[in-house]
Amino acid sequence: MLFLVQFIAVLWPPFYNSAEPYWMGIPFFYWYQMLWVLISAVLTALIYWATTHK
Amino acid sequence: MQDVNWVALTIFVLLFAFITWLGFAAAHWRKGDLNLLHEWGLGGRRFGTVVTWFLVGGDVYTAYTFIAVPALAFGAGAVAFFAVPYTIVIYPILFLVFPRLWQVCHKHGYITAGDFVRGRFGNRWLALAIAITGIVATMPYIALQLVGIQVVIGALGISGTGLGADLPLIIAFAVLAAFTYSSGLRAPASIAIVKDILIYLTAFAAVIVIPIELGGFGKIFAAVPAQKLLLAVPGPQTTGAYGAYATLALGSALALFLYPHTLTGILSASSGRVVRRNAALLPGYTFMLGLLALLGFFAIAAGVKGLPEFAAGFKQFGNNFAVPALLLHGFPSWFVGIAFAAIGIGALVPAAIMSIAAANLYTRNIHREFINQNPTDRQEAQMAKWVSLIVKLGALVFILFVPTKYAIELQLLGGIWIIQTLPAVMLGVYTRWFNSWALLLGWAVGTYAGTAMAIAAELKPAYPLAFGGYTFPGYTAFYTLLLNLVVAAVLTPLFNAMSARKPAPDQTVAADYQA
Repeated sequence: MLFLVQFIAVLWPPFYNSAEPYWMGIPFFYWYQMLWVLISAVLTALIYWATTHK
Repeated sequence: MQDVNWVALTIFVLLFAFITWLGFAAAHWRKGDLNLLHEWGLGGRRFGTVVTWFLVGGDVYTAYTFIAVPALAFGAGAVAFFAVPYTIVIYPILFLVFPRLWQVCHKHGYITAGDFVRGRFGNRWLALAIAITGIVATMPYIALQLVGIQVVIGALGISGTGLGADLPLIIAFAVLAAFTYSSGLRAPASIAIVKDILIYLTAFAAVIVIPIELGGFGKIFAAVPAQKLLLAVPGPQTTGAYGAYATLALGSALALFLYPHTLTGILSASSGRVVRRNAALLPGYTFMLGLLALLGFFAIAAGVKGLPEFAAGFKQFGNNFAVPALLLHGFPSWFVGIAFAAIGIGALVPAAIMSIAAANLYTRNIHREFINQNPTDRQEAQMAKWVSLIVKLGALVFILFVPTKYAIELQLLGGIWIIQTLPAVMLGVYTRWFNSWALLLGWAVGTYAGTAMAIAAELKPAYPLAFGGYTFPGYTAFYTLLLNLVVAAVLTPLFNAMSARKPAPDQTVAADYQA
């Protein structure tokens, strides 16, 4: 149910609809979502390892 | 044809020639008897992790995606980024639900969602509804891929009206039709590998080179008008853009794997484990999609809309011309040829898979169910080959003669229709609790309501649901799905009580769903 985290993190726009803080000139709104792409891939991979090597 | 960009065109044609050869050669790859439907239509279920990654990626990230998402960013701003949360949440869904579906389909030889529903619920009418929905929802999507090809061909400088201008598209179509007919799913699978390599190349180059040309990310974002940079904060009494954004992402995610072509990509994998592994690996594409959405902003910063050499392109294709213009502006011609080939090939792959998937549906769930109950293997495969040809032809005719905006609107409706299959297909993988007639009625209500709501909203994706003084603008498909579920859930106990007969047999048992 770790998956729920990534659902909530990205499906709640008020949470991240802001331009500050900038990173490398990119507004928060954008790099936050991109970061979650990476986080969710890692999470999925973890869950895969955890459930496949019983 | 005086404005043709010859260098780019040459490279474009060379790459196309290569993948044409590849499409035909694919028939010999992981050899199988292409007169069997599951060999032609599912590649013999032999695709391992890497090939599946390319194939499903090719399904999800289509040429239309690469043109339309940045176009949306270019025109409307932040809302285009919904594509990122959308592609983030699809992978848990893929991971949890689809290995089970893969298992049961493998065990029973099901090739389509219709096959599964027929076996699980024993109701041929529900299966028919699923099949028809699948076919009807896919067709505008194929048409839109052809639009993607049209845009890059136009950007190469081949313009004008009449048959001459349409000829490249017709040639591309003929090539697509020929190798799909002969090689089945192996063709788009092999080409997807080439396509994705080209697309990644193009995307990374674009995201590194163009910002350098434009002076850095800070400058680019500064060029975007404030109201487009972020989602508009909702006013009082409404969830505004937030509701629309979130439901658009979630609704699209739920719908994606119900489309026949994505399901076909998944079912062609060699095991449920391959499916799960891909759920962890496919997000690589999402990252690239996020970068591509930003291309729309790059285009704003580069001011391509104001440049005279692109005026004709923007006039003909609207905001869809943003990405081609940006590439033409920022790169030397030879790279533009590669980039446009990537997009063009990126249209052929999903168009091929979509037409195969639609053909599988028709052959198994309409023709075999209602017309010829006992086809030979050869007849089945032959029928599917013909249907995929007809489907593509229909899409081509549509694009040549009907204004593009209708294709877009139909695709929107398609999304609403396909999501109605969720209760039967995705929930059916977990439980047989629902009564099949209740499901059918839920599907009908959802489809009808969805179509009505979409028309009321003038075929825009979000519908403002008004409730107790508050407005909840949200993705129509998502709302109608909820309606569908409620109807099915309420009617199930009712129908079960009313019916004196035993429920139709379930061909599957619980163990079929486990690896």
